[in-house]
Amino acid sequence: MAFKIASSPHINRQLQTSTVMQRVLLCAMPALVVQCAFFGWGTLIQVILAMTVAMCAEALIMQLRQRPVIHTISDNSALLTAFLLGVAIPPLAPWWLILIGTAFAIVIVKQLYGGLGQNLFNPAMAAYVLLLIAFPVQMTSWVAPITAAQHSVSFLDTLHIIFSSSQIAVADTYRLGIDGTTMATPLDTLKTDLHSGITTADSLQKLIFNGWAGKGWFWVNLTYLAGGLMMLRLKLIRWHISAGVLGALFICSAVAWAWEPLTHVSPLMQLFSGATMVGAFFIATDPVTAATSNRGRLLFGAIIGVLVYLIRSFGGYPDAFAFAVLLANISAPLIDYYIKPRTYGHLRG
Amino acid sequence: MSQYREIAWQGLWKNNPGLVQLLGLCPLLAVTATLTNAIGLGVATMAVLIGSNILVSLVRDYVPKEIRIPVFVMIIAALVTAVQLLVNAYAYGLYLSLGIFLPLIVTNCIIIGRAEAFASRNNPLKAAFDGLMMGMGFTLVLMVLGAVREILGQGTLFDGADQLLGSWASVLRLEVWQVNTPFLLAMLPPGAFFGVGLLIALKNVIDKKLASRKTQVTETTVQRVRVTKVN
Repeated sequence: MAFKIASSPHINRQLQTSTVMQRVLLCAMPALVVQCAFFGWGTLIQVILAMTVAMCAEALIMQLRQRPVIHTISDNSALLTAFLLGVAIPPLAPWWLILIGTAFAIVIVKQLYGGLGQNLFNPAMAAYVLLLIAFPVQMTSWVAPITAAQHSVSFLDTLHIIFSSSQIAVADTYRLGIDGTTMATPLDTLKTDLHSGITTADSLQKLIFNGWAGKGWFWVNLTYLAGGLMMLRLKLIRWHISAGVLGALFICSAVAWAWEPLTHVSPLMQLFSGATMVGAFFIATDPVTAATSNRGRLLFGAIIGVLVYLIRSFGGYPDAFAFAVLLANISAPLIDYYIKPRTYGHLRG
Repeated sequence: MSQYREIAWQGLWKNNPGLVQLLGLCPLLAVTATLTNAIGLGVATMAVLIGSNILVSLVRDYVPKEIRIPVFVMIIAALVTAVQLLVNAYAYGLYLSLGIFLPLIVTNCIIIGRAEAFASRNNPLKAAFDGLMMGMGFTLVLMVLGAVREILGQGTLFDGADQLLGSWASVLRLEVWQVNTPFLLAMLPPGAFFGVGLLIALKNVIDKKLASRKTQVTETTVQRVRVTKVN
C-alpha cells in the first residue's frame, strides 16, 4: 500500500462554483416552500419561469460571445439570480414582468459586464429596481397571506392569472378573488398608517399583522434565517456581511424605538419583515459585488443595514433592500481601496 | 468633391456627434422621450449649427486668436436666441415641451466644437456643409432614440406631431401597439442611457464587421507568387 506524499500546502478540495451555488439554492428551498404555503402557488411558478428564462438568456449570450455554453450554464449562478428575483416579485405578477426582469438581469447586468465575477451590481437586485421603477403598479400589489385572505387561489387559477394576455380582463373574471387576495405588504400598510397619524400599536391590530409582525412574513423570514445559518455552518458564506446588515438595522431601529415607540417600528419587526433575512443572508453576501476583506465586509453590511433602516423609515418605498444593496455595491470598490487587511509581518498602514 | 464626401461621412457616421464624440448628451438624454421632441430639438440644433459655422467661417480672418472663443459664443448665443424666438412664435406646443433645453443649445458642445475645430479653419461653403452634416448626424441619432423610446414607452409614433408641424400632422400619429401598462423606464432618463449604450454598441458591431470585411479583401489581393528560391 503506497501513501501518496504531497508537499505543502495541504489544501482541502476546493468547492466548485456550481457546487456552492447548488448548496445555496438548497439552503433557500425550505423558505420557498414556506413562502408558497403562505402566499400560494404563484411564487413557485415565478421561480420556475425565471429559471427557464435565465437559462435561455445565458445560453443565448454565451452563443453570441462564442464562449462555451454548457460550462457557463452549469455553474448554476444564473439559477440563483433567477431564484432571488422570483421570490422577490409579487406572486401573481404577469408573466412578462419576470421575463423582462430576468432577461435584464442576465443579459445587461451580468453578461454585458463580462459574465460571472465581472458584474458591478447584484443582477437580481438591479433587475428588481428596474421592474419597480418601470412597472410600479404590478410590483406593489402583493398577495395577502392565505390566513388573512378571504379567498385562496388554486394552482390552475394562479397559472391563468399569471399567463393571461390581458390582465385586466382576467382581473375582472376573478374580481371577487382578486379583491380579497391582493393587498399592500405589512411594511407598506404600516408606512401608510404612520403617515396618516395612526400609532404603531394601533396599526399592528390590523388583519395583516399577527400582533407584532406581518402574518406569514415572520415565518418566511425565520426560514430564511435558518437557511442562512445552515450556509454559515457549511462555510458557504462568512458571517461578516450578514452580521453587519442585521446589526446595523437592529441598532438603528432599537435607538429610534427606544426614543419614541409610538411612531417607530420595533427592532424585531424590522428584522422579521419584508426582505430582511433573505437579503442579509442570500443577497448581500454575493461574493462578486461585495467588499472582499473581513472588516470591509462588516462595513459593507452595515451600510446596507443603515440604508435599509433610513429608506424604510423616511423614504418613499416601504422596503428598501434592492436600493440599499445597489448603493452598497457602488461603494464596495471604495471600501476595498481604503480597508486593506494587514499583511503578516508588516506594520499597519 | 471627395472632400465633401469625407465631411459627410465624418458627420453622419465616423465622427457622429451623438455616438462617437458623445457631445450634447444632456439634450440627447432629456428630450428624446418622443420622436416629435427629438426631431424638434434636432432641427433646432442643426439650424444653429449651420448658421454659426457660416458666421464663424466668415469672420475667421478678422478675429484675434486670443478672444476667438468669446466671439464664437456670442455668435452662437445670438443664433440660439433667434431660433428660440422662432419656435416660440410658430410652434408654441413644442416650445413648451422642449422647455429649458431649447435655450440650452447655446451650451451644446457640438456647436462650439465645430466652430473651433472646423469652421474657423475652412471657407464658408465647406463650413456650412459640415454644419449640415454634423447636425444631420445628431438629428438622426436623436430620431432613432426618440422612436425606440416612444414605441417601447407608449406604443406610438409621432405622438404630438401637430405641435411641431401644424394641425394637419395629427394624422401622422401611429399606434404601433396597444399598451395597457406603459413601460415607464423607456420614458425616464435611465432608459435613454440604456438606449444610447445599445446604439453605440450597435455602431461598434457594424464598424467591426466593415473592418473585417475590408481586411479580408486586402488579404486576398496581396497574394504573391514566389519568384526566388528558398535555401
